[in-house]
Amino acid sequence: MLRYTIKRLVLGVLTVWFIATATFFGMHAVPGDPLSSDKSTTAQIRANLEAKYGLDKPLLTQYAIYLKNISQGDFGISFTQENRQVNDIIKEHFPISAILGILAIVFAALGGILWGALTALYRNRWPDSVIMFLVILGISVPSFVIAAISQLFLVNINALAGTTILPVGGWGTVWHMIVPAMVLGLSTMAYLTRLMRSSMLEIVNTDYVRTAQSKGLPKTRIFSRHQLRNAILPVVTVLGPAIAGITTGGFVVEIVFAIPGLGRYFVEAIQQLDYTVIMGTTVFYGAFLVFMVILVDLLYGWIDPRVRISP
Amino acid sequence: MSDTSWQPSPGDFAIAPQHQTADVITRPSMSYWQDAWRRLKENKRALFSLYLIIGLVMFTVAGPYLWNIDPSAQDLDQIGMAPGAERNVTVAPAYTPWYGPEDSLTYAQDNRLGLTLVGVATSQAVRLAWQAPQKGQTNYGYKIYRTLFALNDGDAFGLPLMETQNEYFEDRLDLQPTDYYYTVVALDRHGLETDQTSTIQLTVMRVITLLEAEKRGLTEDGLVKEGDQIKLALHPFGTDYLGRDMLARLIYGGQVSLFIGIFAPLLYVLLGVIYGSIAGFMGGAVDQLMMRFADFAVALPFLLFMILLKVIFGIGPGESGVLPMLVAMVILLWPAPARLVRGQILQIREEGYVSASKLLGAKTDYLVFRHMIPNTMGVILVTITFQVPSAIFTEAFLSFIGMGVAPPTPSWGSMCNDGIKSMLTRPHELFFPALFISITVLAFNLLGDGLRDALDARMRNRE
Repeated sequence: MLRYTIKRLVLGVLTVWFIATATFFGMHAVPGDPLSSDKSTTAQIRANLEAKYGLDKPLLTQYAIYLKNISQGDFGISFTQENRQVNDIIKEHFPISAILGILAIVFAALGGILWGALTALYRNRWPDSVIMFLVILGISVPSFVIAAISQLFLVNINALAGTTILPVGGWGTVWHMIVPAMVLGLSTMAYLTRLMRSSMLEIVNTDYVRTAQSKGLPKTRIFSRHQLRNAILPVVTVLGPAIAGITTGGFVVEIVFAIPGLGRYFVEAIQQLDYTVIMGTTVFYGAFLVFMVILVDLLYGWIDPRVRISP
Repeated sequence: MSDTSWQPSPGDFAIAPQHQTADVITRPSMSYWQDAWRRLKENKRALFSLYLIIGLVMFTVAGPYLWNIDPSAQDLDQIGMAPGAERNVTVAPAYTPWYGPEDSLTYAQDNRLGLTLVGVATSQAVRLAWQAPQKGQTNYGYKIYRTLFALNDGDAFGLPLMETQNEYFEDRLDLQPTDYYYTVVALDRHGLETDQTSTIQLTVMRVITLLEAEKRGLTEDGLVKEGDQIKLALHPFGTDYLGRDMLARLIYGGQVSLFIGIFAPLLYVLLGVIYGSIAGFMGGAVDQLMMRFADFAVALPFLLFMILLKVIFGIGPGESGVLPMLVAMVILLWPAPARLVRGQILQIREEGYVSASKLLGAKTDYLVFRHMIPNTMGVILVTITFQVPSAIFTEAFLSFIGMGVAPPTPSWGSMCNDGIKSMLTRPHELFFPALFISITVLAFNLLGDGLRDALDARMRNRE
């Protein structure tokens, strides 16, 4: 287990290094540079600016400085917002995305487990059909369409009630979080529902459930103690990819609901070609996702002893 | 042992007669693919999805021939029209300038300023006239507002159109055939708004001049004269915010979305299959090295790199940006199918029938083409089918954040992005592309489920 953990961590660090390198050289391969964009400058001003941002040094030296800086957690200065540190941007906006993401994951996991267990319990009866139909629908409609529709719905509900039941957008109170978190978690919830359903159906046929039944245990006890607890295991494995999905899904939800999270900032930086912000956020998000996946995998090995043996 | 009751006779050692009726195959023998097709046909949902997908492809391929409209041509008479909207238009005389109401005008009595519509409100011009709050008093000017929504107490008056010293106003700003509420506010000596306001509601009639109607090919043989009613060009799915035909855009946008959705998975799954089968076949150190690289590539956060690659590739002037998107997807997504195929190859290599085949003297190419490829084909096909929805979603996501295909090239994703902005007033602009994306993704998901059930016996009834 320790060897496996170390191996995964080393691979993770390598991956992050690769992300940082690819981002650095990729961004430098883009024709033009951030200084040549809008205002015409004299050669002297340009030279000064290049010196300030370190762009006058050879590419490899820049790369070395860049690696040294990001290994110390310094992502540089924004090009479009003067004197604003990328670190400050991340510090200010990432917690908002994180809260939204955690809420969405909790919503998705609870919903997925609940609906999945319900469909398995009522297999091939109407609750199963209805929920599975909704699940297929949830997987097939793009997230920004769901976000837009739910916003439209909120507008109409608020207009109908004549008062603001739930805010249509923005950030600040718990009430602002509810609908965006639900929209963000919806596709993951649909996916988890499918997974939970099949996992529950597999467990119905296992020996220990049959043993429990033959012991004469009450159905509810078998359901909660034997089936549910074991069926949740596979759900944990997809939490890693789910976190990745929810992080990038957050970009869309943050834009539609006007939430000042890092995702919205990232997309804005892309549209304005703010290179340092793009580089910093990509590396930050990349590292975050890579280590989250590793964490989930390790967690899974800790929960399920069967996984520990296999590499 | 000596006390047994059975004694062998020479007859027991005779050659047995051949059975004439043994082992007759009662059903025609079926190949793997015939059997899979039979099972798929039994699955009504999957079969329907397959027909739906064929229909969608036909829609985008044959569409341009059946609905021969340029997707970037603007119909300025019908901007943001919902499908099935009124297309009747009255042929009106050419526009002539207006210099205020005639003296004989009778002003309305039911509002404070006597705000009156002069003539008929048409999409050419809306002409309003009013009187000073108190007759003979100096006028300090007026401000005119326009809105689409009925005014309640305390509401804003809408879009400020103009400040004027005149007691008349002509509106020619983007008039659509609908109801408008015009408000005139009298200003005080400081140029501030007073409570002397009047609002009227009026319905704008759509008109077109004879010249324009001829230019757009709406007149038949010149039989149309002024005052006649003719019909504007037909847009079955309405038009978008620039007056472009939605149906044409859905057809051409479908070409882009389906092209990326189908070809990207085909390409990267193919690449993954080649890579994975080489690794699986070579085994040993080569396999280890190749798979470590794939492990590493699979850990890269896909959408982040997709965005990064799109930024790096950029989109040159006049390019649609479809190919960079395709290339970026292929670069980033081959490792997962490669790992899958390698696993399959390793598994099949150990199967009994492969050993038996080897024992019978089969050569490598026979093993590859008779055993490996047919037995991995099912998994590969299912993978491709399930990858299509995610490719379509990726295109839509990138278009949504402004990193997708470049305008004016339409795609379903970029159409959704445009539609969201005017969702409240013109929902059809969002509804149709979203519907097409959803139907396509749904069909591929259901077909994938069906294919998996039909092709892979081990995976049956699993999710």
